[in-house]
Amino acid sequence: MKLNSIALAASLFAAPLAIHGQGNGLNPADILKPLSDSWPTYNGDYSGKRYSALTQVNRENVQHLTLAWMTQVTPGTGEDNERHRRHDRDRPPVIVGGEGPGDIQVRGGSIKASALEVDGTLYFTTPDNAWAVDARDGHELWHYFWKTKGGTHIGNRGLGMWNNYLFMETPDDYLVSLDAKTGKERWHKMIANVDDGYFSTPAPVVVGNHVLVGTGNDIDSPGFLDSYDPETGELQWKHYTVPMQKGDPGLDTWASLDAARHGGAQTWIPGAYDPETKLYIFGTGNPTPAFTNGTRGAGDNLFTCSLIAVNVDTGKMAWYFQTSPHDMHDYDSAQTPVLVDAMFDGKMRKLALTATRNGYYFTIDRTTGEHLVTSKWGLHTNWADGLNKFGGPKINPEKNATVGGSLVSPGSDGTINWEPPAFSPETGLLYVSEHNSFSEFYLTDLDPRGSMGLGGKEEAEIGSGGTYLTAIDYKTGKIAWRHEYYSDGGGGGGLLATAGGLVFGGDGAGNLVAHDAGTGKPLWNTRIGYVTNPPQTYMLDGRQYVIAATGDTMWCFVMY
Amino acid sequence: MSIAAKQAPGSPQPAPPAQTPGAQNVSPPNQPAHRGGFVPGQKRPPENPAQVARGKLLFGINCRGCHGADLRGGDLGGPNLLRSQVALSDLNGELIVPIIHGSRQKMGMPAIDLNDADANAVAAYVRSVIVTIKGQGAPPSAGKEVPSILIGNASEGQAYFATRCSSCHSPTGDLSKIAARIPDPKHLQDAWLAGGSEEDESGDPDGRVVTAAVTLPTGETVEGKLVRVDEFLVTLTLADGTQRTFRRTGDTPKVVIHDPLKAHRDLLPHYTDQDIHDVTAYLVTLK
Repeated sequence: MKLNSIALAASLFAAPLAIHGQGNGLNPADILKPLSDSWPTYNGDYSGKRYSALTQVNRENVQHLTLAWMTQVTPGTGEDNERHRRHDRDRPPVIVGGEGPGDIQVRGGSIKASALEVDGTLYFTTPDNAWAVDARDGHELWHYFWKTKGGTHIGNRGLGMWNNYLFMETPDDYLVSLDAKTGKERWHKMIANVDDGYFSTPAPVVVGNHVLVGTGNDIDSPGFLDSYDPETGELQWKHYTVPMQKGDPGLDTWASLDAARHGGAQTWIPGAYDPETKLYIFGTGNPTPAFTNGTRGAGDNLFTCSLIAVNVDTGKMAWYFQTSPHDMHDYDSAQTPVLVDAMFDGKMRKLALTATRNGYYFTIDRTTGEHLVTSKWGLHTNWADGLNKFGGPKINPEKNATVGGSLVSPGSDGTINWEPPAFSPETGLLYVSEHNSFSEFYLTDLDPRGSMGLGGKEEAEIGSGGTYLTAIDYKTGKIAWRHEYYSDGGGGGGLLATAGGLVFGGDGAGNLVAHDAGTGKPLWNTRIGYVTNPPQTYMLDGRQYVIAATGDTMWCFVMY
Repeated sequence: MSIAAKQAPGSPQPAPPAQTPGAQNVSPPNQPAHRGGFVPGQKRPPENPAQVARGKLLFGINCRGCHGADLRGGDLGGPNLLRSQVALSDLNGELIVPIIHGSRQKMGMPAIDLNDADANAVAAYVRSVIVTIKGQGAPPSAGKEVPSILIGNASEGQAYFATRCSSCHSPTGDLSKIAARIPDPKHLQDAWLAGGSEEDESGDPDGRVVTAAVTLPTGETVEGKLVRVDEFLVTLTLADGTQRTFRRTGDTPKVVIHDPLKAHRDLLPHYTDQDIHDVTAYLVTLK
């Protein structure tokens, strides 16, 4: 007993001294390099490939991968949490910020974030919470908690980093900057008004001296991408993704300016960046109202459900390609685009690849937006009727939500949702998890003024037509192979490809799995539960680590 | 935008916005004092009921023609106030009242002759409707009935049933009185498409149980109810109620899964919506 209290007292005194990250931060120029030992931005590097050049763990030896550590985090202040109190002596005090009243308790929340790994420290989030943990043993270095004013707490994709500063978005629409060493708040800025229905989930992406910030909204407010100064938090530019003024491009695809200004096109997944053209390339969400023409008319409703390229210094759009023209099923095209330099029709081309939520796949020239390939990658995708003159799928109105019900694949959750894909330059394959759900879409609001947001329809999930780990050939859009999952949740929180010839991902049945990148065959698994974020990898002390999260727990694997 | 949760059973769910016990004690039930309508977890101060009632009266007189009885826009072309960022963001009339008083005449909004108290009452009424907006921006139900989904042709449905369904199902056997067991046509349609419904308790639950047979290298075959299966393990509940788990390596041991609903799922890519509506129209006659 006495020994224990001495140990407790000692650790209480010791804890404050231990509250700091390690290393010298992240020079923004380092993010321009291909991904090697660290993981310095949401997708690892800017390309969105989620491809690691590390080979220590590979096809031949992956069966020896074993647990290095696991750590369970406790969101919130922990004051009302028995488990947290029990472990208080192991944890540094929670740093509290935020403008909310402090009595709105939002429990749980899975780790859907990609962690940053910089100089031996991992930085990751859940909604309202950020942690720094030691990448070698998982012990907590600091924990920041934001007192919320509300907003949809569905997920947070992680942090952006610039030198010694971190950036996090909150569900009540603030951009919060933290000191990476201490977790102390530097400043916070309002991105949008939570009263308007905005809620912010993306990981900010740092490019040079820009912090790029998107947001989300389920009512009829306009989408936008913001750029902030990393030092001061000053807004550098704001790019709306729908027409906001007379004369704006795309306005002719809406029934009125008012409809466009309420047209959606949210920016809720971090994009990819092409340093040569200085273009930040990202996808946009659905038009609103989502399930009826309503006030928006029968046009394409630009720039909803599109891939958009914006100059990172000016915020001006360079090109767009609409992947779901006049969407009627809430098929956000907010998937992570993948930038590759690869052979196409006998020439090296600079490409952007995207397998979108609506079940269609596209290869685009990323310097011009020129359309190169469209294919249907969802096995049972049935809502479209051919392609339009630009190469986008043409909607079949009979498959819109109807009074009697329309049987549509995929359901509105999509063939893929937010979970990032991976690409291996060695196999030339894009890896995506494919979900071929069927839903009945019922139109329940016949009001000719249209419903609002995602209202006005009921969706009944009928069944699954199969879930797969799917490899797509970017040259043709054809499926190279499908590896079937036993669970509808296959693919978990996204994928990781490595130069060791592996693709890592959750199988939706409680396993983290390493697949052969050439065939999809499983080579290693560990039963850690439902994987909620994309697996990642980094190198420390000559050892390659693989991490993945399940709910509130981060797991780390290594070979000894 | 809806972000798929895709949560596994047992993993932490995004919690519903919780109110603290203290807050619940302060506000009586059914008062929208501490809710923000469609914004989860948000807290808005309560409106004064008398002020809201007066505001509703004045809205009917001065605003309804342009903005509609349900605030979603009226015949005279006023915008939908339920998705107006001004209306959504107003806290105490500070945004709405100046507009009522004429700050947006250039945009077509006339000045309305209301004194400050009455203009604030209208703003309070608008805010009181805003908090009734449903999740993901769905507007408050305006008291309209949801339209019937029964748009198919029952005799066409009967003919389809006879040729495509009757090898497994019978209107006098397993589907006898199915429309009495599942009275809501929409639920009935979803249920027959999916191959069953928990709502239909008198149905044959065993008919939907997934079983598996595991044949070991020794030649022994073990059969039972399937508890779980992935590429690495398969678990069965045996006849004596115990569970048994087998490790899988490639095709060894051989696992054959019998899923009664697979036939229904396999049909999903092949239905036309017309077939579906016709079959439902026929099934609702089986009372």
